[in-house]
Amino acid sequence: MPDKKQIKQSSSKALKKLLGYAKPYRPLFVLSTVFALISVGCTLYAPILIGKGVDVIVGVDDVDFDRLIPVIAGLLILVAVTGICQWLMSICTNRITFGIVRDLRNEAFSKLERLPLSYIDSHSHGDIISRVITDVEQVSDGLLMGFAQLFTGVCTVLGTLVFMLTINVKITLVVVLITPLSLFVPRFVSKSTYKLFHKQSVARGELTGLVEEMTGEQKTVTAFCYGDEAQAKFDEANKALADVSVKAIFFSSLTNPTTRFVNGLVYTGVGIVGAFTAFSGGITVGQLSSFLTYANQYTKPFNEISGVITELQGALASAQRVFSLLEEPEESSDSGLKELSSFDGSVDVDDVSFSYVENKPLIEDFDLHVRKGQRTAIVGPTGCGKTTVINLLMRFYDVDSGKISVSGEDIRNVTRASLRSGYAMVLQETWLKTGTIRDNIAYGRPDASEQDIIAAAKAAYCHSFIKRLPLGYDTVISDSYATLSAGQKQLLCIARVMLCTPHMLILDEATSSIDTRTEILVQNAFAKLMQGRTSFIIAHRLSTIKEADNIIVMKDGHIVEQGDHRSLMQKGGFYCELYNSQFAQ
Amino acid sequence: MFRLAKYLKHYKIQSIFGPLFKLIEACFELAVPLIMADIIDTGIKNEDSSYILWRGGILVLLGILGLVCSLTAQYFAAKASVGFGTELRTALFKHINTLSYAEIDKLGSHTLVTRMTSDINQAQTGVNMVLRLFLRSPFIVLGSVIMAFTISVKLTLIFIIISPALAFVIYKIMSSTIPRYKKVQKTLDRTNLITSENLVGTRVIRAFSRQKDEQQEFEKNAEELKKMQIAAGKISAIMNPATYVIVNLAIAAILWFGGKSVNIGGITQGEVIALLNYMNQILLALLAVALLVTNITKMYACAGRINEVFDVQPSVSDEGNTTVSEIPDSPKVEFRDVSFAYSGSGEHVLENISFTADKGMTVGIIGGTGSGKTSVINLIPRFYDTSSGSVLVDGTDVKKYPFTQLRTKIGIVPQKAVLFKGTVRENMRWRDRNATDEQIMKALETAQADGFVKQKQGVLDFEILQQGKNLSGGQRQRLTIARALVGDPEILILDDSASALDLATDAALRKAIAEQTTDMTVFIVSQRISSIKNADRIVVLEDGRVAGIGTHKELFGSCDVYREICLSQLSEKEVAEHA
Repeated sequence: MPDKKQIKQSSSKALKKLLGYAKPYRPLFVLSTVFALISVGCTLYAPILIGKGVDVIVGVDDVDFDRLIPVIAGLLILVAVTGICQWLMSICTNRITFGIVRDLRNEAFSKLERLPLSYIDSHSHGDIISRVITDVEQVSDGLLMGFAQLFTGVCTVLGTLVFMLTINVKITLVVVLITPLSLFVPRFVSKSTYKLFHKQSVARGELTGLVEEMTGEQKTVTAFCYGDEAQAKFDEANKALADVSVKAIFFSSLTNPTTRFVNGLVYTGVGIVGAFTAFSGGITVGQLSSFLTYANQYTKPFNEISGVITELQGALASAQRVFSLLEEPEESSDSGLKELSSFDGSVDVDDVSFSYVENKPLIEDFDLHVRKGQRTAIVGPTGCGKTTVINLLMRFYDVDSGKISVSGEDIRNVTRASLRSGYAMVLQETWLKTGTIRDNIAYGRPDASEQDIIAAAKAAYCHSFIKRLPLGYDTVISDSYATLSAGQKQLLCIARVMLCTPHMLILDEATSSIDTRTEILVQNAFAKLMQGRTSFIIAHRLSTIKEADNIIVMKDGHIVEQGDHRSLMQKGGFYCELYNSQFAQ
Repeated sequence: MFRLAKYLKHYKIQSIFGPLFKLIEACFELAVPLIMADIIDTGIKNEDSSYILWRGGILVLLGILGLVCSLTAQYFAAKASVGFGTELRTALFKHINTLSYAEIDKLGSHTLVTRMTSDINQAQTGVNMVLRLFLRSPFIVLGSVIMAFTISVKLTLIFIIISPALAFVIYKIMSSTIPRYKKVQKTLDRTNLITSENLVGTRVIRAFSRQKDEQQEFEKNAEELKKMQIAAGKISAIMNPATYVIVNLAIAAILWFGGKSVNIGGITQGEVIALLNYMNQILLALLAVALLVTNITKMYACAGRINEVFDVQPSVSDEGNTTVSEIPDSPKVEFRDVSFAYSGSGEHVLENISFTADKGMTVGIIGGTGSGKTSVINLIPRFYDTSSGSVLVDGTDVKKYPFTQLRTKIGIVPQKAVLFKGTVRENMRWRDRNATDEQIMKALETAQADGFVKQKQGVLDFEILQQGKNLSGGQRQRLTIARALVGDPEILILDDSASALDLATDAALRKAIAEQTTDMTVFIVSQRISSIKNADRIVVLEDGRVAGIGTHKELFGSCDVYREICLSQLSEKEVAEHA
């Protein structure tokens, strides 16, 4: 467990950084502070004015209207100023808050585009998203709004004290003496609530997990007639949640009544002491009424402050999560590297070693020399690391030692964009952007003409089904768009590369979701595309691989064999075993 | 929303007494300004210290009584609302369990999960709020007005004008901010979507070097979000100053008219102070009402969504069916002229399908994507009902079976390999609750899963994480196959269940199933010719119709569709060799 000092240190660091983000908004900050001070001052002065008003209303025929009129006029002006200042202050803090949120988000997002793939691959996407979205939101809600509240709260408390002291010291002492109670009660409540809430969220997490499993996979539950068992498990978790929830909800709802009670005590105390003081003429009735108003106002910021502090802590934790994302090491920069402009179709892998995890070597001493127009196939059982080779070729990952050259250039010496523009890539996992079909096909060439787009769609055999969609090429699709089958999505991904005329082609299980007869057609289209181009193919189906000039056979992350179909079959090794197994009886 | 009120029926006492105690507390609170007025008017004027102390004592007593009432009310509200949430959750879970595949397709399982979790939680919070505040706040407003009335009929006019004006302003501000905040939420969802999309598609985006464009799109969206938030914030920021101004206008009016009244002996000074206090209480109460209204709106929407699920009735039901006995000499499974359409779309996915499968037979079902393979096998356990024609198991229409009897005959391996949190053993007991370890091990062996399970710590006690995250795709798939095999089902259905397996494992698996399960009728759905080539009977589907039935050899000679599929996967020579 990190000790408290450390936590404090990193909290104050996060706070400092956050203040850095606030710099561009400095004028607004100043304005907001000024408005806050004015409105707090006015709010505090109002009860005094009202008290003065009460003081001139003494009894029958004893109301001094000449003095009442300026008091009321003053009150009206004061109120108008307060209202306007409060509103302007909110507008300023809003601008600061949402401005900083936008800046932080933009920076976090652009960071995502510069992070190495190893980060994105090895971190849960849900976690990254919650940093960019929820945590940033938390920072704005808790930290910035919290600051505004804390600032006005502290000002109000101090201001009230000053105003009260100017009226009467003794009664002020009564208020100050009861104050610890109004600090202690909410703190006690929030402390015990925190524990219960934590328990509740654990119980709720448990139940949600169960629901996600059982209801999320309702079909499996139905298929196995598992409904009764599921219900029994559910009831148990549901009951556990109910038990802890009643307590948590009850305790958390204690804050309001107990603070109301403490308020009542302060109020009564002020009333009694005030009344006695009034005997001796220490204060007027009007001043007493101002005091009573203060007594009500005075405890309110205390409750708010204790709430705000909890929220601030949460917000700081969120800020730390955002900053730790922003501080992740980035990919090496491309600036200053030259553009790879001419491709001769050659790819050379020299003595390459690579591992995802240190000390767990995956690829060792890998050599491969491909010339223009050659076809290289990578085969092996599932999970053997075939995609690793692609990660290295596309420079999604950098090699640990050795080098990969394209057209004789070490790929680390050229810009990533120019290297990748030489390849067209179709992956097994189809990815489509939320947008029209047209935009998706033209993703690699946004300036493509309509004819080119349709030609690419036709080449990938998707033109006919696109035309059958209600809006044709203008149909908006997304990753989860249900109307398209997995196969159709894959065809769209293929159309996307058909539009580019790259020098090299990478197909990673590019046709796995397409039925085999359509696949033949697509393969023909690929064959046309591959003519004269260097290509790398990963496929399950060995029949599509047999024609390759060079076959790389992988197993458990290692390259175990390399050669063409005939030589590998003659060798009678792992490839031969793999090939024959598909005809096993 | 009121339909859901029935889930409060076990908590009648709490739901009635909770708000009632709140009312009592409110009464105490309303009395406070009057007593203070007494202290000022009688106590100070007469310099009567025992009177002041006595009144002070009453104030403290009222405070304590109020606290007790309020705590009781909070407890009742917590008890009733949690009880409500718990019973509603149980009922909805039960209801979802009765739904058949057609309804799950229509509603979407993701939606169901949200209804079960966040919607019910929101509804529960709403009930709690209502029980605590619904009566209290309006009562305080009303009570303050009445108290003012007892002090001065004329001055009450100020209250009667100001309260609705306050209510109106609060309502106006809220009604114009709520839709704005909805829009903000939508834009935020879009920001979320873009981020998620970029993470998933990072390879493609980088391959096409489109990072800059994606960033621009995100920034445009973030800017839009900021503008919307500021616009919505601008309006909701009016709330506090506006109510403050209105209440203080009223206070100014009370001072002026109260002063006039005091001057002619209508009311006393202390009563003016009491009136000022009541005004402040009205403001606080109305702000609480505003919060309440927001919550009720949310709750209303949640209740609507929950009721939507309750309104969906299962389209497939086994009500009234009694145990069916086997009709001797009938085929194990028979399709008689079956046509089928998913509800909602008039288009038939299956048309006039007829075939039989005898006991112990292996039937392969092959066809392109969308040819209706999965639809065929989904009809056997009666996940859906046919549109016309019938599916028979052991000579009896599946519609006549109780679900449990029909489905315990069947072991099914769905396309998606789904496992549940728990030990391997627990997962293996889904089909047969009483399976012994030996039975489970045997099933694991047949499914080619014994090897890796034995290597896991604890073997059968190995804890599988939610969604089987700590297993590879191939391992999950083999475990789902084993799960279906436990307890020797009469019918085994493999729906493209070998897609994540490499060819060698796939072949070994089929071999083991063929050897181990001679009496079992096995259906294998696949796109791979190699998986079904050796089946006793192969059903070739094309666009929802049967294109051919027979063995590999027969079909290769007679069925064009089948031959095409074969040739697309194997070379001519291979086909001939292995035919």
